[in-house]
Amino acid sequence: MNPVLETKNVTKKYKLGDEEIIALEDVSIKIDRGEFVAIVGKSGSGKSTLMHIMGLLDTPTSGEVLLNGTDVVDFSEKQLAQVRNKEIGFVFQSFNLLRRASALDNVILPLRYSSVPKSAWKQKALDMLNTVELGNRLSNKSNELSGGQRQRVAIARALVNDPSIVLADEPTGNLDTKTGSEIIQIFKNLHENGRTIVLVTHDEELAGVADRKIFIRDGKVQ
Amino acid sequence: MKISEPFISAIRSLSANKLRSFLTMLGMIIGVFSVVTLIALVNGVENFIIDSFNALGSNLILVSPGNIDMGSDPALAYANNKLDEKHMDLIDKHASDYVDNMTPNIRMNKLVTRRSNSFYGSIYGASDQAIKIVDLGLEKGRFFTQAEVREKKKVAVIAPEIVKELFGELDPIGQEVKVDDMAFVVIGTTKSKGRMSDDRVIIPYTSVMEYFNVKNLSGITIKAKDNVDLDEARKQVKYAIRRDLKDDEFTVFTQKDILKSVSQILGVLSSALAAISGISLIVGGIGIMNIMLVSVTERTQEIGLKKALGATSNNIALQFSIEALLIGLLGGMLGLSLAFVVTFLARSFIRATIPLWGILLSFIFSLVVGLLFGTYPAITAAKKDPIVALGYE
Repeated sequence: MNPVLETKNVTKKYKLGDEEIIALEDVSIKIDRGEFVAIVGKSGSGKSTLMHIMGLLDTPTSGEVLLNGTDVVDFSEKQLAQVRNKEIGFVFQSFNLLRRASALDNVILPLRYSSVPKSAWKQKALDMLNTVELGNRLSNKSNELSGGQRQRVAIARALVNDPSIVLADEPTGNLDTKTGSEIIQIFKNLHENGRTIVLVTHDEELAGVADRKIFIRDGKVQ
Repeated sequence: MKISEPFISAIRSLSANKLRSFLTMLGMIIGVFSVVTLIALVNGVENFIIDSFNALGSNLILVSPGNIDMGSDPALAYANNKLDEKHMDLIDKHASDYVDNMTPNIRMNKLVTRRSNSFYGSIYGASDQAIKIVDLGLEKGRFFTQAEVREKKKVAVIAPEIVKELFGELDPIGQEVKVDDMAFVVIGTTKSKGRMSDDRVIIPYTSVMEYFNVKNLSGITIKAKDNVDLDEARKQVKYAIRRDLKDDEFTVFTQKDILKSVSQILGVLSSALAAISGISLIVGGIGIMNIMLVSVTERTQEIGLKKALGATSNNIALQFSIEALLIGLLGGMLGLSLAFVVTFLARSFIRATIPLWGILLSFIFSLVVGLLFGTYPAITAAKKDPIVALGYE
């Protein structure tokens, strides 16, 4: 069976003024179905760039990115948007919820760009909010929720389209230790239920929850 | 994605920011309001003029010396005036089937005095028929008779301004006024008929010709018979006078012709005013663009997020375009409503009306302005790189 996500010799170079910066160099990694993988690296190591490429938000300068066995490097902007919508769930450090929208509407957001019929939206979103134990906070605006609750809404949003892979970028970075461990527990539970999860973090200790760690330094896999 | 989705999303975002949405619309509101109100008021002026003409009496045909046309010098027409009494006879002889009544008009300005009081009035020489043709609004006394016209009697019917200036509170009937040291007996007074005619001294035209050394008529006013076609009547009058005068020595026209000219002038005026106030629509559009650009910057993170979650650039562009479109349209409709209110209030002074084309125009304008000025912000929004946008604080 194909890995869910695979990068083959991915290199990403930036031009910063006259200087060429190599953010990623010859990175080849595989994420198998049902795995819980941590990508660990310091700030500036290239782990964010790798996550952007894995999340199809960015394209590599060279190399291949295979999602469920298909190379997506040459996909059009529209195709990439559709693949992101269907196959990838994002969880961000700063939650990135729509401030004036309710928890329910925030979870529905990815469905608006999907082929899921409108009649099914609410039920799907409700199910996901129940999964993250926020079934009682449906109509609260995101600015009426605590940090931990916001991140749960974000997780529900990441899951609502039943993606192949969940990419979590420092999901506990803006939370206190106790709330952070609650969020990590949610990821553990999701993993136990068969989800494929990639946790991007600078924190080696936190990365310990994952089955496997991939260390990135200076744009290279260690 | 459903077609209605971006609409719902746009309405949601507009209603989340009610004050800002309203302020953005303000330019459109004022723009559409001023354009439509101006159109309505010019329409009101036109109606007022039409009403005034209708009040003057209907079925009127006017004969004027010279070639009166748009662009020709009216002073020239009177300088070469060849119109005189014999043309009335010609009309009487050759067009009598079409003519009910007619009166010559002689107009001049002269000093009217009574004892130490004097006033510069307009002398209006007419026949006894004038009262049957034009609504002179006789108030007291009587109008002069056919016999008085024939005998060139020195009698006068005076208008309120003259009464006020020369007699004050006194009853002028039977009193004398002097025009060029010639004494005329006041036999009647008229009601106020507006500034143009309130300074009139109406005298038999024969007397004006006799005592003030006038040879020609300023014009002839004809009331056509009720059962004849006015255009046909005009033609017959023209043929009658043509027996003596050349085509460019006189002009025969009807109220309809005058109204047509008035409408033409007001049409130009109306378009000019609408165009000027249309500038405010452009200003309104720039206002929309301005706020939309601010809104795009403010919502950079939201745009980045939506793109990450699967929105295409088209989805984003569509959402912002629809927001701009709705702002334009809603602003336009509010402006139009306001114009309706003001037009309604103005109706106690003037018969102002908003024509259908004015309503359509404001619809189209608000749509176009919203679309036009919403496009650039929408493109700006759609072009945002999701990675950069997500990191934007």
